[in-house]
Amino acid sequence: MDQLQTYLIVAAILFSLGLFAVMTRRNAVAVLMGIELILNAANINFLAFARFGGMNISGQVFSLFVIVMAAAEAAVALAIVINIFNNFKSINIDEVNQLSR
Amino acid sequence: MNIFIKYALVIYFLPLLAFIIQTFFGNKLPRKGDWVSIGAILITLTLAISMFAGMLLNYDPDFVVQESFTWMNLGNFKIEIGFLIDNMTIIMLLVVALISSMSHIYSIKYMEGDPRYHRYFSFLSLFTFSMNGIVLADNLVLLYMSWELVGLSSYLLIGFWFEKDSASNAGKKAFLTNRVGDIGFFIGIMLFFTAIGSFSYSDLFAGVQAGKIAGATLTVAGIGLFMGAVGKSAQFPLHIWLPDAMEGPTPVSALIHAATMVAAGVYMMVRLFGVMTADALLVVAYIGGFTALFASLIAITRKDIKQVLAYSTVSQLGYMILSVGTGAYIAAFFHLLTHAMFKANLFFGAGSVIHSMHHGLHKIDDHDTDPQDMNNMGGLKSKMPVTYISMLVGSLAISGVPFFSGFLSKDAILAGTLAYASHNPAHFLLPVFGFGAALLTAFYMFRMIFLTFHNEPKREDIFGHIHESPAVMKLPLILLSILSLFIFYTLPHFNPFSDMGWFKHLMEYKDSFVPGGILAHSTEEGLHHSHMTAMIMSLIVAAFGIGLAWLMYFKRSISAEKVALAIKPLYRLSSGKFFIDELYTKILYKPVLKLADAVAYLDWDLYDKYFINGFGRVTTFLSNIVGKIDYEGIDQTLVDGIGRSANRAGKVLRVIQTGRVQQYILFALTAIIILLIWKAS
Repeated sequence: MDQLQTYLIVAAILFSLGLFAVMTRRNAVAVLMGIELILNAANINFLAFARFGGMNISGQVFSLFVIVMAAAEAAVALAIVINIFNNFKSINIDEVNQLSR
Repeated sequence: MNIFIKYALVIYFLPLLAFIIQTFFGNKLPRKGDWVSIGAILITLTLAISMFAGMLLNYDPDFVVQESFTWMNLGNFKIEIGFLIDNMTIIMLLVVALISSMSHIYSIKYMEGDPRYHRYFSFLSLFTFSMNGIVLADNLVLLYMSWELVGLSSYLLIGFWFEKDSASNAGKKAFLTNRVGDIGFFIGIMLFFTAIGSFSYSDLFAGVQAGKIAGATLTVAGIGLFMGAVGKSAQFPLHIWLPDAMEGPTPVSALIHAATMVAAGVYMMVRLFGVMTADALLVVAYIGGFTALFASLIAITRKDIKQVLAYSTVSQLGYMILSVGTGAYIAAFFHLLTHAMFKANLFFGAGSVIHSMHHGLHKIDDHDTDPQDMNNMGGLKSKMPVTYISMLVGSLAISGVPFFSGFLSKDAILAGTLAYASHNPAHFLLPVFGFGAALLTAFYMFRMIFLTFHNEPKREDIFGHIHESPAVMKLPLILLSILSLFIFYTLPHFNPFSDMGWFKHLMEYKDSFVPGGILAHSTEEGLHHSHMTAMIMSLIVAAFGIGLAWLMYFKRSISAEKVALAIKPLYRLSSGKFFIDELYTKILYKPVLKLADAVAYLDWDLYDKYFINGFGRVTTFLSNIVGKIDYEGIDQTLVDGIGRSANRAGKVLRVIQTGRVQQYILFALTAIIILLIWKAS
């Protein structure tokens, strides 16, 4: 069980789920959660390649950066979502098709 | 530069200047600028008189000054123009300046109130300029140019009242008839130029003398030159324009169509007499003699006072031409001089009568009666004494009564014909023409005088309003009648029958330049020989003519109507002007018009419609095809096709641009998947 494919499959499933969420959810927060899933799938890939690819700890370091970046991104994105809500009284992304109103 | 040349330059160009000023600014000047033209002509007259005085002081028959410059230099081909001033030029300059001045002064009143007053004076100046060109020319080029210019100014002045159809038609007729003569004139000039290579008179004479042009060619060239004179001096068969030219204002008739322009033909013939061969001169003599008799036959039945004078002018010009033909060309020039004075005088008199008749008709509101018809006149003697006396003097002069100028010149001409006939008995007709015309001249002139001025007035209603013309119109009459007296032509002799005098001294016969041509001394001898006979015979015919007129129109012991009935066919011929106009209409105008129609048919209906329009049709057809290729092939398919396909592609691709981010992601994903599959395989 402890081999590269397993990790990659898990990561692929995770990625697909994230992508599915991003593509199908109307709720902006749900879309953000999908993005988090995609980022985590990428992290898993980094870690898996770090462990099986002989890359020392570059993978772990890189995924730490990704986590930090994801946190920042989530903060900014949520701020945008709150502003959208203040402006449009909705966070349904289909209804938000203008830059201002 | 000789003083005479300087004067001549001023005389030549001053009227041109006046013409330019009058044409462009005449309307804006005070008095419509008549003083510009009149001032110019009076200065010209002063200069002409000084030249004349200079000539008399010189008193040299061989006096001649010539000045010319190269006008065109085209390698071997050179045209020189310049002035030739001899006694003849000076006398002619004085005649032109004098009659022209009189005409200008007379016109002040005659043309008063005319809407184109300024233009009238500008035309008069143009005429004076052109006429002086003919007089001064020392070569055929300047002569021909001025010749055409006087034709133009004559045309402009005949048609001056162009609102009247008859006036504008008369102008056209004059111009076209002159054109016929001018063609011959041009041919003559070119024949001389081809043979001699120069246009100047002196080269011409030298060339003829040297025999560069001789025989039949010279005769034809001489007759060519004479054709110009036939047109300009209204000789048969081109005389038809002059009577119609009377449509112009009367001062113009006096100046142009009696005294000066029509005399240009005679002047030219006298100038170029030296190149005429005997055969050419015979033609000249017969045409001139025939015209003299023919025109006076028409004149005896005219009703219009100006028409009488017009035909009389044709007849007198015929006299001069006849005289040139018989070799007595100095006599012709002498008659030109005296005729200019008395005929201008007669025209001014007729103008004065017409002016007051017009005035009278205007007063009684009669606009249908012809003011020129002598049948409405009669008895004007008491109302217009000055006009009467001056016209009487003119008539006496033209009839050849002693003590008047016409007697002297007519006598010389008739002597010339007699001399010619005595040398060539076969040509006995020439003196018959001459004396016949002299008889008729005396008759019709006095017919005019009696009908106009004597007996009881025919229209009492107008008669009350008739009055003498104003002073500016009387002045030319008085001056010109004085100049019709013999004394001015016989000085320093006081004998009215003398055939000597300053004129005879200053104008000498010269030998013809044609080898074997007429010699001066034989002409002079002949003239001298026939002088007495001619004088007695001319006195008899003049007395007979005047007496007949007196009996028929003054005493009325012979009824004019009865005479007319007795010779009805002849009377009809004369009153119908020998039907020359009708003849020309029938044999000339109508066939020419028919020919023109035929040519027009060829040109328009055949050539234009089928050939020219055919080209058009082929071109249209070709261009339609090319147009189709261009429009449908290139424009629609290639040029517009690109645009249209871009448009269509846009329409298709627009569908996927929904603005939904998630859909875009789906597309991106699909694309990546496709790429991956493609890459992997």
